[in-house]
Amino acid sequence: MLSLFTFPQGGVHPPEKKELTANLQIETMPVPDELEIILGQHIGAPCTPTVAKRAEVKEGEMIGQVTKGLGVPLHSPVAGKVKDLGMSVHPMRTSAPSITITVDHGAVPLVYEKQDWESQEAKELLARVHDAGIIGIGGAGFPTHVKLSPPTDNPINTLILNGAECEPYITADHRQMVEHVTEVVEGAKIILKILGIQKCIIGIENNKPDAIAAMIKAAKEGSTSRYLVSVNALKVKYPQGSEKQLIQAVTNRKVPAFALPSAVGVVVQNVSTARAVYDAVALGKPLCEKVVTISGKGITRPANLLVKIGTKVSDIVAYLGGTAPGLTKVVMGGPMMGFAISNLDVPVTKTTSAVLFLTEGEIDTRPHSQCIRCGWCLDACPMGLEPKEIGIYVEANRAEDTEPLGVFECFECGSCAYVCPAKRPLVQFIRLAKMKAKRK
Amino acid sequence: MWTVVACLVPPLIMSVFVFGIQTLLITAVSVISCVAVEAASQKMLGRAVTIKDGSAVITGMLLAFVIPPGVSPLLPILAAVMAIYIGKHILGGIGYNFFNPALLGRAFLLATFPVAMTSAWLPPLQDGAILKYLGTSIDAVSTATPLAVMKEHGAAAFTQAFGSGSSLYLNFFLGWRPGCIGETSALLILLGGLFLIYRGYTTWHIPVSVLGTIALLTWVVGGKGYFTGDPLLAVMSGGALLGAFFMANDYVTCPTNKKSQIVYGIGIGALTVLIRLKGGYPEGICYAILLMNPLSPVFDGWFKPKRFAPPLGGDK
Repeated sequence: MLSLFTFPQGGVHPPEKKELTANLQIETMPVPDELEIILGQHIGAPCTPTVAKRAEVKEGEMIGQVTKGLGVPLHSPVAGKVKDLGMSVHPMRTSAPSITITVDHGAVPLVYEKQDWESQEAKELLARVHDAGIIGIGGAGFPTHVKLSPPTDNPINTLILNGAECEPYITADHRQMVEHVTEVVEGAKIILKILGIQKCIIGIENNKPDAIAAMIKAAKEGSTSRYLVSVNALKVKYPQGSEKQLIQAVTNRKVPAFALPSAVGVVVQNVSTARAVYDAVALGKPLCEKVVTISGKGITRPANLLVKIGTKVSDIVAYLGGTAPGLTKVVMGGPMMGFAISNLDVPVTKTTSAVLFLTEGEIDTRPHSQCIRCGWCLDACPMGLEPKEIGIYVEANRAEDTEPLGVFECFECGSCAYVCPAKRPLVQFIRLAKMKAKRK
Repeated sequence: MWTVVACLVPPLIMSVFVFGIQTLLITAVSVISCVAVEAASQKMLGRAVTIKDGSAVITGMLLAFVIPPGVSPLLPILAAVMAIYIGKHILGGIGYNFFNPALLGRAFLLATFPVAMTSAWLPPLQDGAILKYLGTSIDAVSTATPLAVMKEHGAAAFTQAFGSGSSLYLNFFLGWRPGCIGETSALLILLGGLFLIYRGYTTWHIPVSVLGTIALLTWVVGGKGYFTGDPLLAVMSGGALLGAFFMANDYVTCPTNKKSQIVYGIGIGALTVLIRLKGGYPEGICYAILLMNPLSPVFDGWFKPKRFAPPLGGDK
């Protein structure tokens, strides 16, 4: 019996619901006729297009670039023609600027060949991570090259690969760790080389025994005297995959409020990001496709789909045989932290990990009531906050006074709202509180 | 909410066998009045009517549980108005009321009908004649509660009235003793309370701190000399168990933080023993809870949950 790693404070156990897709192999979706690539794919400044309307583009060609601020370039996932530089439906904002590409189905797909990376300088490798447009695929979308150049005041000694995938339903990382183990481990080694450190720990929740077994084997085979890769099985508890909780579970170090993991000598990357780093550095392939879990009882055929960035959700629905009766809510991301979308023309971005089609029975549509001060949210909060207090402040029109309650330490995992017996939308209250407290 | 109601049903059924069928009537009147007053209050105050959430049903049951079994079935109607309209809705409505509504209703009855509330005790039925007390004059059959006997006539009278040794404990444990309708069966209240803890609806902190304090203090100062009190009897007497498992830990009126809950529970236990030993009433848990209720936010202000990690360089 493995001893399981976990974080001690708070956390909840939502139904996992991963069985719908956990055993489905990653399936490559045929490229649709048109892709809409949103220019702002991640935290930081959006890209500016580097191609003009009606220009021919090649597969993997750069089509957008960031000139100032944080950011990475954007590439065309296919060969085709720029149809339009317009607006697309966006999951959080209503619309956002994008590049529409008409796909040339006749073009011969590129074949990438493995290149030697070990002889190259860390600096060159880092530049390739940037040039390939890699960002944190796990969901936050932080540009990876920035994370891999941590401030020098704290020496980094541990790389943690996040394979917790603690959100219900989602199995995209799970499948990567089963089907692309060697790529993930080699990606980890590339990151270790860039950081100039030796030790990498891969954290995987214990509900993925096949992934744990596969990764342990690959980690053993991939480890050398230069690179030490190991696997820690994590207890199944949400939000095990949250950066601060994962670091605490694996290293027993606590990242101070408002600080980055580098403050405790750690860099965290998602396992799928490691795979993308491998693709970029070892194959020279930019980040233009994504494994997305399509699940829920509201879709005819759930799947783990490899789709090109820019594929619209409506195309995915059509490919998977349409929606099933009873569909009531479509969520982009996991059920705990994702956003409900109202328009299926939303394109997949680099940070889309799942699109869930949920039926009446899978969600709770009851109206919320007043806080009854049961205190369950206090026990659920992994950050030791009092979500109920923040909610009561917001309802009393005092949202701007919530900073002393630690509202900015909240990372919106939704554990409080999950346990709330009054079904209070605590995360929404907290988002509102953050907005108003910032303005104060 | 409905789970709590289910946990209160066994003590109710038990009360029928201990005190007769009229306990069902009193409880029914109490529940119906509480639900009706809740609906009327919410209508009058222009709030959404939430009688389906079961909270007024619980208040109604608990209210009936803490009044003597020989009172007029009309009393709970008055108490329901006090408990639900004044105690709950005028003081803010669900989630905002700071006194336990059922206990406020009982305190109101104790002040307005002191004779009935302190004398309408019935001796336990021995032969399953659950219709025995229907239509009889309460004065002819009424008795005194164990705590009252102990307080007013001393330990010798107590032993004479209720026996001693294992039969005494067994009777108290099962519920064969005079007392309020729903408070007598230690066994059933304990089972219901433990079930609620097992299901995660409540935690051990308040019941354990309340009962632990009552037991400890009674042991230390509750006997003839120091350290001679009977802690087990103290816990099984009066409404201690019912109060600890079903009233002191009412979500709305108790603190939310575990540490504050323990302080709050110790306060309730200490006040209970103080009132039992030195106060004017034989039983004190009702007032002890009511006195501690408004302090809940104070305790929650003292103890905050431990934040994950402070910011670098301390708080801004």
